[in-house]
Amino acid sequence: MKEDFKNMQQNAKHLVLVGNPNVGKSVFFNALTGKYVDVSNFPGTTVDISTGRFDEYIVEDTPGIYGVSSFNDEEKVARDVIINADLVLNVIDGVHMHRDIFLTQQLIDMGKKVIVAVNLIDEVTKNGIKVNIKKLSEQLGVDAVATSALKGIGMEEIKEKIKDARLGIKTDGVQELLDRYVGSEVSEAEALLLLEEDEVLSERKGMPLGGMREEIYKSRRLRVDTIIDGVISDSYNGTSTSTKLGRLLLKPITGIPILLAVLAGMFWFIGVFIAQTVVGFTEVTVMEGIYKPFIEAILGFIPKESFFRSLIIGDFGVFTMIPIYILGLLLPLTVGFYLLMSLLEDSGFLPRIAVLSDKSLSRVGLNGRAIIPLILGFGCVTMATMTTRLLGSRRERVIATFLLGLTIPCSAQFGVIIGLLTPLGLKYIIAYTLILIIIFGVSGTLLNKFLPGESTQLFIDLPPIRMPQLRNVMKKTLTKTKGFLLEATPIFAIGAVLITVLQYTGALTMIEHAIAPITQLWLKLPEEASIVFIMGIIRRDFGAAGLSRMILSNGQMLVALITITLFVPCVASVIMIFKERSKLEATAIWLGSFVIAFLIGGILARFIV
Amino acid sequence: MTLDKVNRGELIEIIAIEDKDIRAQAIRLCIYEGAKLKCSEKLPSGPIVLQNRMQEVAISRKLAEHITISRVS
Repeated sequence: MKEDFKNMQQNAKHLVLVGNPNVGKSVFFNALTGKYVDVSNFPGTTVDISTGRFDEYIVEDTPGIYGVSSFNDEEKVARDVIINADLVLNVIDGVHMHRDIFLTQQLIDMGKKVIVAVNLIDEVTKNGIKVNIKKLSEQLGVDAVATSALKGIGMEEIKEKIKDARLGIKTDGVQELLDRYVGSEVSEAEALLLLEEDEVLSERKGMPLGGMREEIYKSRRLRVDTIIDGVISDSYNGTSTSTKLGRLLLKPITGIPILLAVLAGMFWFIGVFIAQTVVGFTEVTVMEGIYKPFIEAILGFIPKESFFRSLIIGDFGVFTMIPIYILGLLLPLTVGFYLLMSLLEDSGFLPRIAVLSDKSLSRVGLNGRAIIPLILGFGCVTMATMTTRLLGSRRERVIATFLLGLTIPCSAQFGVIIGLLTPLGLKYIIAYTLILIIIFGVSGTLLNKFLPGESTQLFIDLPPIRMPQLRNVMKKTLTKTKGFLLEATPIFAIGAVLITVLQYTGALTMIEHAIAPITQLWLKLPEEASIVFIMGIIRRDFGAAGLSRMILSNGQMLVALITITLFVPCVASVIMIFKERSKLEATAIWLGSFVIAFLIGGILARFIV
Repeated sequence: MTLDKVNRGELIEIIAIEDKDIRAQAIRLCIYEGAKLKCSEKLPSGPIVLQNRMQEVAISRKLAEHITISRVS
């Protein structure tokens, strides 16, 4: 069956959906392919490509891009899919034609057969814009259809016209430049990208950069602006509700309170509803209550006290702790977090949060985009560490990974910490929060000062505020959750095996004894607190939970909580850090968080214990 | 003058964008040498938002220091 599909894929024509972000491309994809869709993640990225069937075509959906080149992961992935496309369905936002037709013209210049869907036509009309579709089509040299994917306008026409996708009229001078490559082994599409100085492609093909990007882009922009000025007429007054709302979200005086309210809502949803109610059911009732006794009964024949038994169904067993942790705890948390992130993304709120936080984050060597992994860190630091891939430079990825590992308590730990902190009173809650914010600021500022290189700067398009599409949000949530769990499960399993080995060989006890003096003398905590720290390596919430069984003064509790928050990200996130970063960087990040945790904890103990 | 000196609500024309890669990304978003745009928002020591019709782009303050503009009256 799978073989058949593969053969079919080789012979079938590839219809590729291309468009700028937030133009409603995925609604087209769904309308064309129905529900039999395969979503695959591109290794080393957070980018997914959906594949499906329409008539005799293999349909591929690409991530939203503003142009074909290699400025980010989305573009790199889309570029390779587009190069292999036989036909391109280019979905454009009718409200942003000056921007979107630039990509259309680039696709035409690549020598691709194109058909254009001028989407969101209902919004176009609502904004008082008139588009002459016939003239647009004549000027581009390819068919264009006015559509509103959500309202079903023009969808049948698009389906009928896909087979008529054809070569369009290229930007002046481009064909002459492309002709230089006739006879070489590159396709016209690849030749254009070489001319436009795509470094990845140049390296792959072993051919020099064409050095013509600036010239081609300028002529293309000129051509596009001339075309669009001739096909649209608007009486746009710029005061639609969504524009007004967008402004309110950007102005600090209104934006920051709205942002804080949204974040508070998110943390309530994740911290209370998901982490307590849902996880209480999935982890405690289902996994601990039903699954664990079941698997222990089935595998009960394994000799007691054997190493194999601890490995399989021991405290940190591959068949006990791992499924309980992944399915009982991580699955609901991940679904919850990705659901909220997809809502923020699709509503257009996320880019505005990035703008609002850009100033603060630039002080620690990051830009506003880093708010995404930082928010995700409150869900799961392992998940957030993986998401640092979307940052623009290696320098930013190192800083973000370090700050995540050091200062951000994941939701599992956060719940326990709040439980321990609340009885101590408001003063301690404020102290805990302030200390973490200060450490975040100081360590980030220092990293920014001393790490070599330059961080990238914020330069982002602000999409209009729109009502998110439920189907799209659900699809994104499920795809991202699946992607994360598939990638993280082996990592958690390795972590569990590692801990079992350490425990079985007695190494865990040795480490505990080794750090006991530090715990007692430096942190002024009881000896058994060292067990708590070690448990924190296995699962951060285990560590924090261990504290509730100890009798500590308020000051001691604060020292312990600060230390354990800073101390170590869990074993899975450490492995993820090693996977994402170089050995040197990962070791520095890991040891750095140890040293800082004990240093800060000890200094704090001098003052308050 | 440079873009970081712009005030909210002012109309400007882009004269030059220093960084080559930013120049390429900006031209796609309708920000290029000669383009006339409006500064629709300026966050205190934060990003500057440029607007062209219904298109809005946020540019960090540091990047704005490297974009030369002139005021259009």
